[in-house]
Amino acid sequence: MTISIDPKTFLLSKQLPNLSYAPTTHRFDETWEAPLSTLLGLGRAAGADFVEFFLERSNYISCLAEDDQITSIAPKLSTGAGVRVFKGKGDCYVSTNDLSFTGLKAALEKALGIMALHLPAPNSYVPEINLELLRDYATKKGKDSWLGECSPMREMADVLLAANGKMKQTATHIQSRRAAYFRDWQEVLVASSDGTFARDIRLTQSVGYNLLCADGANRSSIGQRVGDTSNPKFLTNWDYTATAEDVAESAGKMLYADYVESGTYPIIMANKFGGVIFHEACGHLLETTQIEKNTTPFAEMKGQKIAHESLTAWDEGLSGNAFGTIDMDDEGMPAQRTLLIEKGILKNFIADRAGSIRTGHPRTGSGRRNGYAYAAASRMRNTYIAPGEHKVEELFSSIDKGIYCKKMGGGSVGATGQFNFSVDEAYLIENGKITKPLKGATLIGEAKEIMNKISMCSEDLGLAAGFCGSVSGSVYVTVGQPHIKVDSITVGGR
Amino acid sequence: MSLNIQTVSNSARQIATKLGITKFDLSGSTVDETSVQVDKGEQKQVKASNRAGITVRVWNQENTVGITSTTNIDDIGLELALKTAYEASFFGIKEHAPDFSPEATAPIAEVKLESGEAATVPQLIESLIAAERKLLDTHEAIESVPYNGLAQRSMSQFYLNSDGAIRSDSHSITSIYLYTKTEQEGKKPRMGGAAELSHSFAKLDIQKCIDEAAEKTISHLNYEKVASGKYTIVFSPDAFLSLLGAFSNLFNAQSILDNQSLSTPESLGTQIASPLLSVADDALHPSNIGIETFDGEGTPTRRIDLISKGTLASFIHSAGTAKRMNAKPTGHANMGSKITVSPHFYHVAGGEQVDDRYNLDTAENVILIDELQALHAGVQSLQGSFSLPFDGWVVNKGVKTSVESATVAGDFRELLNSIVHVEQKEEFTNGGICPRIWVEGLSVTGE
Repeated sequence: MTISIDPKTFLLSKQLPNLSYAPTTHRFDETWEAPLSTLLGLGRAAGADFVEFFLERSNYISCLAEDDQITSIAPKLSTGAGVRVFKGKGDCYVSTNDLSFTGLKAALEKALGIMALHLPAPNSYVPEINLELLRDYATKKGKDSWLGECSPMREMADVLLAANGKMKQTATHIQSRRAAYFRDWQEVLVASSDGTFARDIRLTQSVGYNLLCADGANRSSIGQRVGDTSNPKFLTNWDYTATAEDVAESAGKMLYADYVESGTYPIIMANKFGGVIFHEACGHLLETTQIEKNTTPFAEMKGQKIAHESLTAWDEGLSGNAFGTIDMDDEGMPAQRTLLIEKGILKNFIADRAGSIRTGHPRTGSGRRNGYAYAAASRMRNTYIAPGEHKVEELFSSIDKGIYCKKMGGGSVGATGQFNFSVDEAYLIENGKITKPLKGATLIGEAKEIMNKISMCSEDLGLAAGFCGSVSGSVYVTVGQPHIKVDSITVGGR
Repeated sequence: MSLNIQTVSNSARQIATKLGITKFDLSGSTVDETSVQVDKGEQKQVKASNRAGITVRVWNQENTVGITSTTNIDDIGLELALKTAYEASFFGIKEHAPDFSPEATAPIAEVKLESGEAATVPQLIESLIAAERKLLDTHEAIESVPYNGLAQRSMSQFYLNSDGAIRSDSHSITSIYLYTKTEQEGKKPRMGGAAELSHSFAKLDIQKCIDEAAEKTISHLNYEKVASGKYTIVFSPDAFLSLLGAFSNLFNAQSILDNQSLSTPESLGTQIASPLLSVADDALHPSNIGIETFDGEGTPTRRIDLISKGTLASFIHSAGTAKRMNAKPTGHANMGSKITVSPHFYHVAGGEQVDDRYNLDTAENVILIDELQALHAGVQSLQGSFSLPFDGWVVNKGVKTSVESATVAGDFRELLNSIVHVEQKEEFTNGGICPRIWVEGLSVTGE
C-alpha cells in the first residue's frame, strides 16, 4: 500500500504572505486557532523547541475619594501579546501591542532571530500545530458577562463617598481620609506548541481605606483593604462600616504609641495579613525562579525538614474568591493545590514552565505575570500556613515579655535569605497580656532560621489580599495564616 | 511600534470633532527595549518589546475633566479612549479642576539629548557573559552572579493639546547591573553589586560596574555583628538620595495640598535642615541620563532649588498646584486622572569646607551606610519615621568591617537637623548627585 500526501492539506511557507486571517477583534475565541497554529508551526519549523503566545486584553479602572470628593476616576484600556521561544534551556520573550497576524509574526520573527533561528525557507512545509479544542474557562464558568455587571462609574463614586462619610463619623484627629477602589478585568488567551489552547477572564477588584491622623507632633497612618476575584457586585457588598471602625480604632491607638525598643523578642503575629512573613521569608524561596538563580537555601532540601514540626503550608489557586485564585495560570495550566510544607518537611516547589525545564521540578499551575509585557514566572497564588491546634489565648499566655504584631506592613527578602517586615500596628505583651501600643517596629531575620522558630499555630486561619512584585511584575496574591508564635526574632526600633 | 505625532494629532482632532469634544490633551510615549540575562556563561533570557501608549484628557461643557489611558493607538482605540474619558469627565472635580499648563507652548530648553546606536543582541549577550566571567574571577568566594542584566531602551514622548501645543523628545539609555552571591565555608552567603547607566552601549562603562561590584562584595566577606545603640552615620550618596526620595513629600506641592506631607504651605522659607544642606532638583543636569525636557502637562522642565542652606526654598509643582499656591509650574507633573508631582534628578551640593573631625581615615566607630534596603516597607513617609536594613561597614580609623545584619531607624526631620558634615566631593549616582553626608545620633539595631 502506498500513502500519497495531498499537498493542498499542507501549508507552504511561500503561501504565508497571502493568508488573510480575520480573528474576532472584540473577543479571543476559536477564530484565533488558525492564525496561532500557523504561527506556532512557523516557530517550530524554525527550530524552536517550544513556542507560546499569550494574548491579553484588559479594562482597568480606579476610583479615588479624598475626604468628601471624588478626585480621580482613571480607566485604562490595554491590548497586547507576548511570544516566548525556547531553545534548550534558554528562552526569549518579545511583546507587542500589535495583534494583527503581521504584528504577531513580526514579534515571532524577532524572537526567533534573537535565538539565532530563522523562519522556514521559501516553499518549505510549515507544520501547523494541532491545538486542543479551546478550553474556555470564561464561557464555561459564566464569566463573559462579568464586565457588564460590574459597578458603573456613578456607583463607584457613590460607594466611596459614602464610605468616606462613614469614616468621618467614626475616626478622630483626622488629617486625611481616602477610600480607593479598582477593578481589573482581563481576558487572556494562551496557545502553545504543545497544543495548549485556553482562554480565561479574570475579574480582580479591591477596595479599602487609608487614614492619616495627627494630633500635634503625633501621627498615625493605617491602611486596610479587601479583595475579590469573581464577584461583579463586590463593591456594593463591601461592609465599609465595619472596615471604618476597624481602621479608626487602629489609627486612634497608634496615634500616641511609643517607639518600640529594639532587641530580640518572642512575638505573636496576627492571622490574615500576618501571613506576609511566610510569603516573603519562605514562599519566594520555594519558587523555581530562586532555584534557577541559586538564591534559595532550600534548593536541595525537598523531603527534608526546613521548618518547625508545627508548620504546614499551602500554595493554591482554588480558594473561592480569594485574591490569588485563578482557573488557569498564564501558561494555560489549570490551577492546583500545592502542598509546600507538611509538618516541617519540604514537599514541593512552585514551578512555571521555564522553571520546570531548568530545574526539573514539575509545573504546578503557577506561571503568572502582570500582563503581556512580561514572560510568565513561578509565582505564588493563595499562600498560607495551615491552622494548628492551639487557642489564640494559649499563644499569648506562653509569653512573659514580647510583641504582638497585629497589622503588618510590607516586607522583602534578599538573595541571601535575609528578610525584613515593617509592623504597622504593634503592642507590647507583658505576662501574657497586651499592654501598650508600639510603633516603628521592623522584624528582621533569616528565612532558614525563622522557619524553625514558628512554634505555635492557632486554629483561626484567615486570608488577606495582597500584591506581590517580582520578576514577572505585580500579581494579585493571598497571604494567610492563623495566629502564630515566633520564639525569638530581632526587632528593629529606636 | 512607532508613532507619528502629527498623525496622532490629526486623528485626535478629527475624532474629537466627531464626538463633539472641543477641549482635550494627549500625552504618549513609545518604548523600544531589549534586555538580556545570563547564567554561568550561557544566555538565560532575552526580552524585547516595542510598545506605545497614550493618555487622553477630555474637558466637558462643565469644564470638568476625565481621563483614559490606552495602548490601542489606532483610530478605533483613540475613539474609545476619547469616549471613555468624556464619560469619566462628569465625575471630575469641580473645585480646582485641572486646565492646560500655561507653559505648554513655552519654549523648552535647548538640550542635546543623546541617543546612541543600539547594540545587537549577540553583542549584549557576549558582553554580559564576559562581565560575569570577569566578576567571578575576581575572588574565589564569588560563587555566582545571580542578578545580572544588560538592557538598552530608546524612548520617545510627546504632548499635544487642542490649543495647538505639540512637542516631543527622545533619548536612549543603556544599563548594566551585576549582583554577586558568595559562598564560604562556615560563613553566611553575602551579596554585593553595582549598576551603571549610559546613553549608549558604546559609552557604557562595564569594567567600572565589574570593579565596583567586586570591591563591594569582597568588602563584605568578613563581617561582624554590630552592637545596638546610637551611632554617627555616614550616608553614601546612594543611601542619602534614596532616603531623600522616600520623603519627597516634603517638597511635593500636591502632597501638601492633600495633607499627605510632612510640610504645609507655611513651611516654605522655614529652616527644616542643618544649614550645611542644600538640595536642588535638576531635570536638565548634564549628568542626568534620562533627561526629559517637558513634563506630562507639556511644561518645560528646569532646575529648582528645594533646600537652600537648610531652608525650604521651593516646592515642586504641576500647573494645578502652582495655580492654587500662587506659584509657577515647575515641570514636575505626571499626567493622570489626578495629576501627580514627582522629582527628576536630585543635586545635593557638596560642603564648602573640609573638617578634619569628619574623615573616615581618622573617625572612630562610625557606620558607613552604602545602601538602604526595603524602603517600600520600612519608611513611614507620612509619619516621618524610618526603620531600614542596610549594607554597610563599621569604620574605625580607616579600617572597614562589614556589618552582618542591622537596621537604622530615626525620624527624617530630625535626621535633616542632625547633619553635622557634608563632604566636599560630589559623586554622580544613577539617582542624582550627592556627597557623603554625616549624621549624628541615629539608632542602629544589630546584636
